[in-house]
Amino acid sequence: MNLLEIKNLHASIGDTKILHGINLTINRGEVHAIMGPNGSGKSTLSYVLSGRDGYEVTDGEILLDGESVLEMEADERARAGMFLAFQYPVELPGVTGMSFLRAAVNARRREAGQDEVDQLEFVKLVRAAAADLGVDNEMLKRAVNVGFSGGEKKRYEILQMSLLKPSLAVLDETDSGLDVDALKIVSDGVNAQRGGDCGMLVITHYQRLLSHIVPDFVHILAGGRIIKSGDKSLALEVEENGYAGLVDAA
Amino acid sequence: MVATTETIAAVEDATGAYKYGFVTDIETEKAPKGLNEDIIAFISAKKDEPEWMLEWRLKAYRHWLKMASPDWAKLNIPAIDYQDVYYYAAPKSAEGPKSLDEVDPELLATYEKLGIPLNEQKMLAGVAVDAVFDSVSVATTFREELAKSGVIFCPISEAIREYPELIKKYMGSVVPVADNYFSALNAAVFTDGSFVYIPKGVRCPMELSTYFRINEKNTGQFERTLIIAEDNSYVSYLEGCTAPQRDENQLHAAVVELVAMEDAEIKYSTVQNWYPGDETGKGGIYNFVTKRGICRGDRAKISWTQVETGSAITWKYPSCILKGKDSVGEFYSVAVTNGAQQADTGTKMIHLGEGSRSTIISKGISAGKSQNTYRGLVEVHKPAEGARNFTQCDSLLVGDTCGAHTVPYIVSRNPSGKIEHEATTSRISEDQLFYCLQRGMDEEESVSLIVNGFCKEVMKELPMEFAVEAQKLIGISLEGSVG
Repeated sequence: MNLLEIKNLHASIGDTKILHGINLTINRGEVHAIMGPNGSGKSTLSYVLSGRDGYEVTDGEILLDGESVLEMEADERARAGMFLAFQYPVELPGVTGMSFLRAAVNARRREAGQDEVDQLEFVKLVRAAAADLGVDNEMLKRAVNVGFSGGEKKRYEILQMSLLKPSLAVLDETDSGLDVDALKIVSDGVNAQRGGDCGMLVITHYQRLLSHIVPDFVHILAGGRIIKSGDKSLALEVEENGYAGLVDAA
Repeated sequence: MVATTETIAAVEDATGAYKYGFVTDIETEKAPKGLNEDIIAFISAKKDEPEWMLEWRLKAYRHWLKMASPDWAKLNIPAIDYQDVYYYAAPKSAEGPKSLDEVDPELLATYEKLGIPLNEQKMLAGVAVDAVFDSVSVATTFREELAKSGVIFCPISEAIREYPELIKKYMGSVVPVADNYFSALNAAVFTDGSFVYIPKGVRCPMELSTYFRINEKNTGQFERTLIIAEDNSYVSYLEGCTAPQRDENQLHAAVVELVAMEDAEIKYSTVQNWYPGDETGKGGIYNFVTKRGICRGDRAKISWTQVETGSAITWKYPSCILKGKDSVGEFYSVAVTNGAQQADTGTKMIHLGEGSRSTIISKGISAGKSQNTYRGLVEVHKPAEGARNFTQCDSLLVGDTCGAHTVPYIVSRNPSGKIEHEATTSRISEDQLFYCLQRGMDEEESVSLIVNGFCKEVMKELPMEFAVEAQKLIGISLEGSVG
């Protein structure tokens, strides 16, 4: 069975139609990249998939593991295995990084009928995962994303992903705000989780992320439609010639 | 700290009904309804009080008759018929149990439901409990252990009999009998409360804890607490309340007085969860409280921490009179209102002593159709050379039908005084909520997490055991506020 199947997806924000019939299938273990110019509907697609309020599906279907998610709330979709790494991670004043991780992990465990995590073991687990991403313990004692640098925010997103072990990870412009070194660390973190049962959808404007997280498939999104699909060479083509030629050809 | 499964379970328990809305069936002995000098004499006789105490009560009553209910708060208070209230009700089993074994098992079962630590296990946790059930203290634990260090922790009615000199000297010294309408009423009819005395140089070996609970239908609760910390002593006192569901409004008018001598420190923490009433506020508790402490000695310190989630109406301003040189006053407050709740709460910091300092951190959370007001006074008097105050007032709005109000009064009569006031008003943003939801937490837990984060500066001031309970309460109190 396909992990994710998007069929003829149309979506609006208020009266504005953003997505005009998207078709996309992702299997376990695959990494798909969605590239596109600004305003093409990339972020909208990530919010529609994750069930954000205000993003209305007007036609089509989204199936996760063969089940429609359209009637599911954002938190239900998350517990069903969907994870969104935010382009702009949100500040939660007073909520420490460690406690937020624990709340998220426990929400999934309850869904699965498991006991909550043992506090001490969890701290050990988080510290090990954090060390791999160059996240220091001090950062986990600070409030979520408050005063984090761009790189720290993205690393914290990937840390959450590594602990939550989603079946579908959507990475929205994960490269934005990262310098070369941070980009490498974050990409390594993502690559460590690819393969196996996890499918990934990497949304990006630039090719540079895709030289670190090499996709199996590349799709070009423009005007709310996928206008071209191909392998990683398509990303290089965009790098070379820009989106204009592709958009005109479509 | 984050919300746990217990929080979720608690929220579920609270769905549609107040979690602690059960009634314990115990025969009560009560005075007839109404208030007059005979009733006051009845209370005094029931308590086996000396003549001077009765005189004190009657004096208060006569003052009260001439006073009017205050109307300056941003509260819509329905007219209260003071003749339609019972002023005395005592559980029949209150003839003085010598140990827990003698306590009515049904009472113990009630405490169990409330999670009151009134057992041996909790002794390990170092909590001594003077449990107030309706108006009479029925069990006091750990007193022997406390006595070893010279600490007195007992029902105030017992203190009136056993330690009359201390009572005569200090009761009414911080909150005078005629201080305000509700304190005068309390002075006339108070039925119980706690008395704490920490001798010179003693650091109280455990946190002292009193749980209050209104049980008898239509019974007003008039608690009176007095804490005295002698030179160079320390005490931390915890007060928590839950009350069963009622149809008629219940009146609560407590008075708390704190006296801190030279280099003494009193930390007073409250978690208040009186029944808030139905969605229109019907049946909720009216909570009119006068809490005040005085730092009499140099370098004395008084710290108030409160988490207020309950009551239909809250009228409460725990205050500090900073008389001693370099004395310190602190007020940390979280006030949550939901439904039709109204809260007008804050503090008064009265700087009299040279170099006295005060800190006020207030977090107000309003949801539903509630109204939440911070009202605070910072007053620097002439002798308070170099006095300093820092105030931070943050309001969080949940939804768009509630109100948050901040009313700071600032008076400086000494040009060297430094007073700072910072205030913010914000909402739970849709971004924050979606971020939490996307990580798998449901809406209730997400709101609880965000709100507890907002309150963190105050919550960290609470003793650990209380902090956990308070976090759960905040989650429960905001149940159904989003969506």
